[in-house]
Order: sequence, then structure tokens, then C-alpha cells
Amino acid sequence: MTHNIYIYIGIMAAVTYAIRVLPLTLIRKQIRNRFLRSFLYYVPYVTLAVMTFPAILECTQSPVAGALALAVGMIAAWRGAGLFPVSVSCCVVVFLSELFLCR
Amino acid sequence: MKKEFREGIRDGIPIGLGYLAVSFSLGVAAKSAGLTAFQGFAVSLLNNASAGEYAGFTVIAANASYLEMVLMTLIANARYLLMSCALSQKFAPDTPLRHRLMVGYDVTDEIFGITIARQGVLEPYYTYGAIVVAAPCWAVGTALGVTAGNLLPLRVVSALSVALFGMFLAVIIPPARKDPVVAGLVMISFLASLAASRLPYISRLSGGTRTIILTVAISAAAAAFFPAREEAAV
Repeated sequence: MTHNIYIYIGIMAAVTYAIRVLPLTLIRKQIRNRFLRSFLYYVPYVTLAVMTFPAILECTQSPVAGALALAVGMIAAWRGAGLFPVSVSCCVVVFLSELFLCR
Repeated sequence: MKKEFREGIRDGIPIGLGYLAVSFSLGVAAKSAGLTAFQGFAVSLLNNASAGEYAGFTVIAANASYLEMVLMTLIANARYLLMSCALSQKFAPDTPLRHRLMVGYDVTDEIFGITIARQGVLEPYYTYGAIVVAAPCWAVGTALGVTAGNLLPLRVVSALSVALFGMFLAVIIPPARKDPVVAGLVMISFLASLAASRLPYISRLSGGTRTIILTVAISAAAAAFFPAREEAAV
């Protein structure tokens, strides 16, 4: 059986929206529980860190280029660069280093 | 125009530019799954999710069941559930439903990051300002990727593919500099994620599932051992 592409797209959209909007509409009170508050504070940092490494090494042609991008990105962000400058410097590092690493 | 809305637009521009680059590579994946430029555009406009959309494209490419699409989308996007829980705490309790419904349209890593980083209660118009810039970039970039992805040299695609991770670093590193617990967590998360991708059994799970397991385990351990100070926690 072949599936309808627009039904696929509809399912993706509905599930994704539900995931985002249900907590925003159902949780109306401040959460008092200290453990839960701390947990929610740490979640975004942990999840983004988990998704970044080692994936950044695997998405480039050479893992060395990915490692350089990670190092440069961390240094730039540490020194206060914003979203876009950090992002661009990572891309530039990969492009330049792969000129030498991949022929 | 509200001041917050203008500030949102200002902060949304770098996000939108980053989205153009990242969604371009997502468009390349959409094309290989057999989607047209319009379909890729629609998926991105309706989902605003990098990992979730990518996971969805693999389901479409495999012609898998609708149930599998539900489960895959649920797992790949579960972190947005956690982010929305965190965001719910930032709303003033009397915020009307319509604002909650509209902010929920675009809870992404980056929009979440800049929204939660602002002082005080959540100002919906700030988030809307960022969304009106960032969301169209995401959708247009995907359509461009479907159309022109094969025209770009491999080197350029390789360089663009780290754009997403650069944005992640820009969100997590500045708080790590201020809070040593966050810094330690980032390092532990890197190491745990590396280990999970190599060790037997757990490495066979999909990347999305591993992300969920590690996020819940590490954040719960951190909350137990290092309860955040009241002013820091959300």
C-alpha cells in the first residue's frame, strides 16, 4: 500500500503542534516542586549538548573539520559572540579546513 | 509597533539567516525522500523542527505506516515537550489562551533559547517578532534545498551542515560560563552522548531516542544533586 504524502505531512504537523501547545495551555500555575523546577532549568542545556556531540563530527566530510568547528564555536560563544556569528564561524572553519583535509 | 515586537525581529534575523543555511540541507534530505519543493515548504512551515522533520522524511522514504509516523514524530520532538513545560513557567499566569496557542506554533531550540533568556515574564510579542522572521526563512530554505541542493558542491554542503550545531553552542555556552553546574553538565552530556553512540545495545537505538533517554537521566540527576537556586530555575 502506498501512503498519501499529505496525510503524512498532516500527521507530522498535528503531533508536533500538540507536543508544543499542550504544556503551554494545560500548565497554568507556577510549579512549586523544587526538583521539577531544577529539572526543567537543566533540560535545554543537556538536550542541546547531547545533540551537538558527537553528531558535529559525523556531519562533515572529515571528522577533524567537525572537531575544529566545535572548538572554534565553543571559544566564540564563550567570548560572547551571538547566534549568527558563532554559526558562521563554524561553517567557515569547516570550509577552510576541508580545503586541506579533503582533496 | 510594540517595542518588544521590534526587538524580537532584531533577534530573529540572525536566527532566520542560520535557518536558511540549516533548512537548505534539510531540503536536500526532503528531495531524496521524494518530496517536491512545495511539499518540503509545507512540512517546514507546519513543523519548524529540524530533527523531527528529518526523522519524518525517513518514514516517508520507507513508505512506513501512519502509526510509525506518529511515534517517530513524538520521539524526535519530545524535547519540545520539555521546552514547552519550561516555557509554561515563564508565562504570566493570566496570559490569555490565544497567546499560548500562537507561541506554541514555533517553540524551536533557538526561539525557546532567546525567549527563556529574557528577563522577567514572557512577552508574547517579542517571540512573535522573532517568529515572523525566522519561520519563513526555515520554510523557504527547505524549498530551496529541494530545488537547488544538488547544484551545490559537496564542500559547501559539508560546511553548511555545522550551522545548526554552531547555533546550539551559542545557546548553551554563555550560561555555562556563568554557572559552573551548567558547564559541568555540558561536558558530561558530550561524554555521555559519545558513549551512547558507541556502546553496545544503546547505540542501536535511534539518535532521537538516545537524546530523550540521556536528557531525562542527566537532567534528573542534576536536579537531584544540584537543585537550582530559586532565581536561576526558570
